[in-house]
Amino acid sequence: MSAGHSEHLFVPGSSFLHRIPPQCKVASLVLFVFAVVASPREQYWAYGAFAALMVVLAAAAGLPILLLARRLTIELPFVAFAVLLPFVAGGPRRDIGPVSASIDGLWGAWNILAKGTIGVGATLVLTATTSVPDLIRGLERLRLPSALVAMLTFMVRYADVITAEMQRMRIARLSRGYDPRWLWQARAVAHSAGTLFVRSYERGERVFLAMQSRGYDGRMPSAGGLAASTRQWLAALALPAAATVVMAASWLARS
Amino acid sequence: MTPPALKVSSLTYAYPDGTFALRDVSFSVTAGERVAILGANGAGKTTLVLHLNGVLGGGPGEVHVGGLRVEKANMRECRRRVGIVFQDPDDQLFMPTVAQDVAFGPANLGLTGDVLATAVDDALKAVGMAHVGERAPHHLSFGQRRRVAVATVLAMQPELLVLDEPTSNLDPASRRELSDVVRHLDLTVLIVTHDLPYALELCPRTLILNDGTIAADGPTIELLADEALMTANRLELPFGFDARRFAP
Repeated sequence: MSAGHSEHLFVPGSSFLHRIPPQCKVASLVLFVFAVVASPREQYWAYGAFAALMVVLAAAAGLPILLLARRLTIELPFVAFAVLLPFVAGGPRRDIGPVSASIDGLWGAWNILAKGTIGVGATLVLTATTSVPDLIRGLERLRLPSALVAMLTFMVRYADVITAEMQRMRIARLSRGYDPRWLWQARAVAHSAGTLFVRSYERGERVFLAMQSRGYDGRMPSAGGLAASTRQWLAALALPAAATVVMAASWLARS
Repeated sequence: MTPPALKVSSLTYAYPDGTFALRDVSFSVTAGERVAILGANGAGKTTLVLHLNGVLGGGPGEVHVGGLRVEKANMRECRRRVGIVFQDPDDQLFMPTVAQDVAFGPANLGLTGDVLATAVDDALKAVGMAHVGERAPHHLSFGQRRRVAVATVLAMQPELLVLDEPTSNLDPASRRELSDVVRHLDLTVLIVTHDLPYALELCPRTLILNDGTIAADGPTIELLADEALMTANRLELPFGFDARRFAP
């Protein structure tokens, strides 16, 4: 229970990127991703430029590229889908070595791969330089509805507790000689899931009781984020600004 | 004359299915007293505790805290005055960081800015946990979490501290660290527990609950030494423990 999943993405540091207020970073990330997604897929060089921006950012934050590369593996399921696309999509085809691939599918695969990788990469830089509580403070300052902020807060707090509970139930199951591995044994797993749900629900009631006892009246206190200065905003928005320039240039180059 | 820290009069409570959890419970506690509440599982201890800050209520009888009646109109002040530390610290600590969690209560009372920060610092210092403010609760050991849970309540500057099973799942060192904390608090304290030596160590006075009624109310040492009383209330001392040895 001690090693929290929710914290393991954060890489402690004191770089410029670490110190910039979280709300600026979140806004900057979202705008950056918009610029990337809005760029035409035919302009390969634009994606080189976006990737270069990412590398510069990671270096500025003092993040080891290898670490980011390892974390990028989270997008593998999407990559698998992208790799399949040229073979299942319709339209005109062309031969690549021994196999024939759909041209539309190839473009689609490239589009998903390039934009996805850059988007995930940027998100990884954000999560590596921002602790989870800070991230929540940032979202709160960006006026995310308070119900959503509260839900995120509880999710972060209880993800580990519930995972640990699940782990204990699994061990208890194993200890009694039952190790379901096959689909037809799903019944036991479903039972566990049901039990876990009921337990979590009951925990929710106990947490609510504890909240009430400390004067909760339906409104969570602010997470206490600090306002960002104009300079910090300008610094944070330099990234999406650069990306927007690249995007505009790629559209101009296309026409 | 100052009113008693806690006065419970003829408190009765039945669950919706009709089973009585409390029947005509009356007692009072003077300011600064430490009182243990003992009783077997299902004796009504937790139900009693939840009446003290008005989470449960609606039955006959009254609860007064420092002279103030626990009722809807006074609920906010009552919940400030009565600090309940629940059994599972994972239920009590629900915010992402320790400091945010300790700030939850005082923030609900309207504290902000530096005053709030000071309240948080003071409470964490009182339980010897000043260094963990920015940590996540689930990264602390169980004993540390229990002490932080006490801090979350102390930050509201309560007049009555209620500890529900404070020693469950604690190792002996954490158990002693917690008793050091409790002993140094200048507060009225109620301790609900199955840990009889702990009750003896911290509380000069004990109430025994049985089936929703008060079966005994007296000096802890005398009650624990009364074998017939103990057996009648399904209470047992640990093996080899002789309460009479501690008699004055």
